[in-house]
Amino acid sequence: MLRRASAVGKVGARVGATLTLGNEFEGKTMQQAVSPVLAVDGLCKTYGDHSAVEQVSCTVGRNEIVGLLGPNGAGKTTIISMVLGVLEPTAGSIRIEGIPLAEDRAGALACTNFAAVYAPLPGNLTVYQNLRIFGMLYGVSDLQERIDALLAQYELARFHDTKCGVLSSGEQTRVSLAKAMLNSPRLLLLDEPTASLDPSAADDIRHRIRDFASRGTCGVLWTSHNMYEVEAVCDRVLFLSRGRILLEGNPKTLPREHGKPNLEELFITLTREPLALGRGKA
Amino acid sequence: MSLQRIAAVALRQFYLMRVSPARILPLFAWVAIDIVLWGYITRFLNQVSAAELDFVPLLLGAVLLWDFFTRVMQGVTTTFFEDVWSRNFLNLFATPISVGEYVGGLVVSSIVTSTLALFVMLVLASAVFGLSYFAYGLAFMPFLLVLFLFGIALGVFASATVLRLGPAAEWLIWPIPALLSPFVGVFYPLATLPDWMQVLAHALPPSYVFEGMRALLAGGPFSAWALFFGVVLAVLYVVGAGWFFVRVYRHAVRTGLLARYSAETVS
Repeated sequence: MLRRASAVGKVGARVGATLTLGNEFEGKTMQQAVSPVLAVDGLCKTYGDHSAVEQVSCTVGRNEIVGLLGPNGAGKTTIISMVLGVLEPTAGSIRIEGIPLAEDRAGALACTNFAAVYAPLPGNLTVYQNLRIFGMLYGVSDLQERIDALLAQYELARFHDTKCGVLSSGEQTRVSLAKAMLNSPRLLLLDEPTASLDPSAADDIRHRIRDFASRGTCGVLWTSHNMYEVEAVCDRVLFLSRGRILLEGNPKTLPREHGKPNLEELFITLTREPLALGRGKA
Repeated sequence: MSLQRIAAVALRQFYLMRVSPARILPLFAWVAIDIVLWGYITRFLNQVSAAELDFVPLLLGAVLLWDFFTRVMQGVTTTFFEDVWSRNFLNLFATPISVGEYVGGLVVSSIVTSTLALFVMLVLASAVFGLSYFAYGLAFMPFLLVLFLFGIALGVFASATVLRLGPAAEWLIWPIPALLSPFVGVFYPLATLPDWMQVLAHALPPSYVFEGMRALLAGGPFSAWALFFGVVLAVLYVVGAGWFFVRVYRHAVRTGLLARYSAETVS
């Protein structure tokens, strides 16, 4: 059974430690510790008359893994695309580490990274070449050392000179994750990172991401359709339906709070009858 | 502007080219074939022509310059197409790279590949067919500059067009140099063209190169001002193409085309 301390508890402990020091410098540290890694406010995306995302506001705290759940077409990938700066919101704001994405795209994206099943790295480049190029794009210092460390950490050293296109799904996912870790991101976005993986490979990936989230001061926004995975990994979940957040809470307690035996049942109910349980967070 | 990010785009192209004959061969093969073909045509014309005219610098030199322009343009577009073919836009534009840095990387790649192609053409044309660059005098460098700038402009414009219209628009891009060549008078004076084509020709910087080249070889008056105007015009095209790329990129980000590029349209 996977266990970890709650993000709220960790942040609270850090704030307490900072307050005892009390000088200006530590005040800034406290502010950074308390402020969320990702703050999304009133996010909207419309295509003509169709509203893909409507008034979504949410945060991802430090050492927190937040699950973004919802049926196909609910707007999960649209939100992730907007946070990655490849899709412009119709309205609303996105701040990463307090940096407004719309005003300082490079600054905000320098502390962000992502892995998604639909965005494999170029298959005609080797694992090393991909990591080197993306390391340069993210401005990683001591890049060679960082690549060596990630190749070892993700058990990719033997694929150093192998083209990514010939790797198995699990190996490609590990390469994508290694790329996502290159710049030691403060905000990690994972869009169905374990889709198409066998249970063992998926479990391995979950452990690696949980390990990453438990260290440093990063936060993770994770989408998945595997409710077992979400319950095991996420500290908090956001249920999305038709571009709106319907529910938010702890994945371990949320089902019981709504009279459902587990997260999967709650998901099915929300997908089929969103008005029955949703509170329409606007 | 980060030089490291510009270098990353160019490095990707280097990695791809160094192990891929399919990418390296076109750099040299097609231009070499052109030089050989036109080299023998000019020899034949020199033999059968009663005139004192030397066709080697006139036609072979024109082919060399035009192929250089084509290589510059394709140096930009093929580097861009690598991202299209590998569906890499999402990974790429989710990094801190700016549009200017990305286009800068395309240009650096083009400089390297077109310089290699130019070197091969120069060696072949001079060693086998006796083309002397002294025939053009100091004007040879501005000739190359105009063609380089216009090649960059056209490459950036073509890349933006493919970004806007989708991967299939690649087929619109390859014939562009062939489409332009009748208008810029690669092989004949602009005066040969009908009036409406001459109007278009004067709006295209390479026209000033080929007119200047013919004037130099004929020993007639060569207008440095006309060539300078060609340089200015080419710079304006570069600025315009950059503006167009930024506009198309912003449109793609606003409409969601960048995130769903393979769909070609978001409507």
